[in-house]
Amino acid sequence: MNSFWSLVAATLVKDIRLEWRSKDALNSMLFFSLLVVVIFSFSFDPLAEESRHIVGGLIWVAFLFAAVVALNQTWARELRNQVLDAYRVSPAPPNALFLAKVLGNFLFVIILEALMAPLFVVFYQLRSVGPVWQLVAVALLGTWALVVNGTFFAALSIRTRSREIMLPLILFPISIPALLAMVDSTTVILTGDGTPDFWLKMLLVYDVVFTLVCLLLFETVLNAE
Amino acid sequence: MKPLSIAFIVFTLALLGFSTYQALVVAPTEATMGDVQRIFYYHVPSAWVAGLCFNVNFLASVVYLWKRSLNADALAAASAEVGVVFCTIVLITGPIWARPVWGIWWTWDARLTTTLVLWLIYVSYLVLRRFASGGQTQVLAAALAIFGFVDVPIVYMSIRWFRTQHPSPVMGGGENSGLAPEMLHAFFWNLLAFTLVGICFIVARYRLQQMENEVEAAHAQLALQGGAR
Repeated sequence: MNSFWSLVAATLVKDIRLEWRSKDALNSMLFFSLLVVVIFSFSFDPLAEESRHIVGGLIWVAFLFAAVVALNQTWARELRNQVLDAYRVSPAPPNALFLAKVLGNFLFVIILEALMAPLFVVFYQLRSVGPVWQLVAVALLGTWALVVNGTFFAALSIRTRSREIMLPLILFPISIPALLAMVDSTTVILTGDGTPDFWLKMLLVYDVVFTLVCLLLFETVLNAE
Repeated sequence: MKPLSIAFIVFTLALLGFSTYQALVVAPTEATMGDVQRIFYYHVPSAWVAGLCFNVNFLASVVYLWKRSLNADALAAASAEVGVVFCTIVLITGPIWARPVWGIWWTWDARLTTTLVLWLIYVSYLVLRRFASGGQTQVLAAALAIFGFVDVPIVYMSIRWFRTQHPSPVMGGGENSGLAPEMLHAFFWNLLAFTLVGICFIVARYRLQQMENEVEAAHAQLALQGGAR
């Protein structure tokens, strides 16, 4: 078990170092979601009261699209120099590789969200009525939901023609319940009517179920010929 | 085509004709909704066949991953395609009925939304099958099929929490549920006929997929022989 986690750590550190030096994923995600924030902001120009109702949808759509940018690069990076084939022939457990990739993407998307959240506050004059710490819980659970399936589907779509387009096509339909939970719980917290308890539990169930399915099937997909 | 298949198709067509007669002529007109209620005889059986297809798709995908048999994959492909067709029928007949009865074409209700999401998931499954290349198609498709199947109950639960407007199940529901006997009659004939139509489609598509696999194998064989020469 220890060697499993040291493998996870090794791959994760490698990915973070690569990202730190190139900043490919973070820069493109940041700029992309900045564009979404600006375009939505001047096309709606909402009052503070209205924006509480719509910003839950905007914020998660922006992060979802931005996350796809990073997710697409996850495995594409490993195709160069046949690194992915090397992983396949190595005796390392495939799930270690998968978990490292998920943790890496999770970290990048969380950083993106932390950097973008203040901009949403500025552009939409946001002031939350409900407790803000619940938003953090929504962000952590929701991001995991997007990233765990996203990383898996990126591994699927890397095997297809037109791989960049394939990922959102298969990721979005499966993510609809998670997205609904994120959007609605954010709205509930911001407007202060009702509690997001049900949605948080649902996100937790979604995370557990799909993490298990991913771990069960990843080896099969990695070795698909 | 084998005589048995021809007999099955003829029988299905005859049954479909009979059930259509039952639904459009024999069944009484509904008291409040009028003739538009008759769409129920097509809407619900289509939903049933679509559900059946998606279950077959899941089972066939699991069997494929387990046994790696191309026939299981052919069955998965066939049932997903037929399921999408019937799911489309459900999504089209629903709004046609809803417009005069509810006064709206569409609402984000649990069953409607779940059906729509189901449709989206299986369309994405078909897109993946089309875009994947070579021998990987089957594995990738089977993996996605399992994700889709696991997702459906979660979608249903989440949207049920969100809101619900669809009429509750007409049969086996509360005290006021239940159909008039003639309606029940027409409904069950249609259910049977649609199920047989669905089976016909799946079998036809399954054979087609098998033939495609054979052609592909023959091509590969030919290429190998050409390379050896």
